Amino acid sequence: MAFAAGVDVGSTQTKAVIIDEGRGIVARALTDTGANVTRAAETAFRMALQDGDLREEEVEFVVGTGYGRYKVTFGNTQVTEISCHGRGAAHMFPATRTVIDMGGQDTKAIRVSPVGEILDFCMNDKCAAGTGRFLGAAASALDIPLADLGPTALRGERPVRISTTCTVFAESEVLSWLGKGKKIEDILLGVHQSIAMRSVGLLRRVGIESEVTFTGGVAKNQAMIEALRDKLAMAVNVSDDSHYMGALGAALFALDHILAGRTPAPATKGAV
Amino acid sequence: MTTATPEIVGRGNADGARLFREWFTDLTAAAAAGRGAAYVFVMGSLAELLRTFDLPIVFPEINSLQTAVRRVAHEYLAEAEEYGYSPDICGYVKADVATQLRGGVLPMGKIPKPAVAVLTNACNTYIKWAEIWERMHGTPTFVLDVPGSRAAGLKPGPGDRDFEGDRTYVLAQLRELITLLERVTGRSFDVDRLRESLGHANRMSRAWERLLQLNRSRPSVFNALSDGTIYLGVANALRGTPEGAAYFEDLVAEMEYKVAHGIGTLTEEKWRLVFVGVPCYPIFRRFNELFGEWGGTFVNSTYLWFASGGTNLGFQYDLARPLDSLAEGLLVSVRDAMDSMFFQTRILADMIDGYQIDGVVFHPIKSCRTVSTGLADNRRALMEMKDIATLFIESDMMDRRVVSEAQMKNRVDAFFEGLASRRAQAAIAAAGR
Repeated sequence: MAFAAGVDVGSTQTKAVIIDEGRGIVARALTDTGANVTRAAETAFRMALQDGDLREEEVEFVVGTGYGRYKVTFGNTQVTEISCHGRGAAHMFPATRTVIDMGGQDTKAIRVSPVGEILDFCMNDKCAAGTGRFLGAAASALDIPLADLGPTALRGERPVRISTTCTVFAESEVLSWLGKGKKIEDILLGVHQSIAMRSVGLLRRVGIESEVTFTGGVAKNQAMIEALRDKLAMAVNVSDDSHYMGALGAALFALDHILAGRTPAPATKGAV
Repeated sequence: MTTATPEIVGRGNADGARLFREWFTDLTAAAAAGRGAAYVFVMGSLAELLRTFDLPIVFPEINSLQTAVRRVAHEYLAEAEEYGYSPDICGYVKADVATQLRGGVLPMGKIPKPAVAVLTNACNTYIKWAEIWERMHGTPTFVLDVPGSRAAGLKPGPGDRDFEGDRTYVLAQLRELITLLERVTGRSFDVDRLRESLGHANRMSRAWERLLQLNRSRPSVFNALSDGTIYLGVANALRGTPEGAAYFEDLVAEMEYKVAHGIGTLTEEKWRLVFVGVPCYPIFRRFNELFGEWGGTFVNSTYLWFASGGTNLGFQYDLARPLDSLAEGLLVSVRDAMDSMFFQTRILADMIDGYQIDGVVFHPIKSCRTVSTGLADNRRALMEMKDIATLFIESDMMDRRVVSEAQMKNRVDAFFEGLASRRAQAAIAAAGR
């Protein structure tokens, strides 16, 4: 039995997924990226090996993805997270035609063909507005844990309108709403709706076609899922493994290499 | 056995760089002598006419982009912003403002002060830009209003009622301009010198048109972005001169040689691309490498069209009626330059077919609303018209603060992954037929 791995080094967290020849996930792991990107990749991969009770030599091919993909020094090749999220989403939900991936520092809108081929994509530019970092800024301003953002926002009834498009200024806008006596849940609902609005704008640039699949770390946030469904006025697929979708896509590309009978590139494997 | 590369290969780039240096040496000498220059723009420079008055010609757009290529643009931009210009204003304008504040000093030399500014309406910023010189130096400015296309694809020619009306309108403006130039320079207009200058421009235009056609070959013989920008510099700076005409005739000979011997720009040309917009000058070389590393090369660009002022048409002046023909050429060429910015869908579709294009790269820039505003619509329209992969990456032509190489690379890499996947799917489909 051959195994393939994908390691997705994101700006905030690093994810690793190992799949078998049947394309089923046999192991997954997640760790904070931190300042040492190479070490984060190694740690995530090692944790995934432990999770699947596998030895390193059983994994025949590793694909690195994410902003730190070239720092996956034990990887055999690299593929962008744009291709990987598209591939992962199309694998999980085969009727997927549009993908919205919301990560720590960027949001991607991706249109895929029935075979998971990337037809078009669009991302936020040099600014973290409309990304997970935007939520982080709101959490910081309101002094509540990230995990509580979604549940708190879901209790909101009268969302405020967040007008700024800048993550830095969003923090001061949140504080100004607090100063006006608005409830935290209404402010947070407004923040989620603001991000959803920007994300839908990105999706429109590539063309929205059903089914839409939501991936990335922010897809764990129920309030964001509902805000997206509301703005799109259509159902949105969300997997329990949404956070791992980039790593899964990378692992699927790795399996392609194995099945195509390609010889792994001379590796720097052994770094782990 | 090794074969030495013949001297003709690479001659165009070397000669282009030399001519550019010499042009700036002349400008520096004119500045030292206290002579005033004609400040003009690439879309409708009227260099053919201005030369007959012995005016040194300054292209502020070219000066500004040179500060970015030489990696000092941020100093100029900061100076203009400290003076009060917004970060959102055209980077070319701001670099020029700083240049004026520095007394015309640029990394390449020193430019003379403006004795007159001549501009067209091809870019609305041109008009506001010239007003800055008017305020700073009291420079007389002349705005030549060139009627644009009434609709996409509508190109009336001589004999058409609309066209003749437009030509009469442009001709009347040229006569006014000549009066102004006579007043500014103290010289009388010499129609024979204009005829001579137009003759040189005809040779250059003919060669420019031929040059673009030669890149239909596979492999392509020049990179429209990196090599093309050198050619554009000479095309603008030396338009209407015998040196400029000879340069382009030599360049055509070089490219014909390369076509005949299958000498391309890359070791292996995997992807043929078209570039739409203005280049990313702050990382000019690196930007091109991002594509070259994947075996991608730009075989054509809208930039080679509009930044040459429509020279791509190869318009030939009728030397028997020079002024009237200048009006006609200006109308046809500047209108085409505007169309290649605003009505580019058909143009791009034709490039895709004629140059065997695999992908189109749209590069909107923060600094320039004129070329960037419609790109999203143009891209959408093109993708509806043709089954073609496109990339939409945003940065700037001057301001490195909004150029993120890491983000750009990510998008470029994903674009090529998509191209590879598209080619693989097409091969699978072909095998199944």
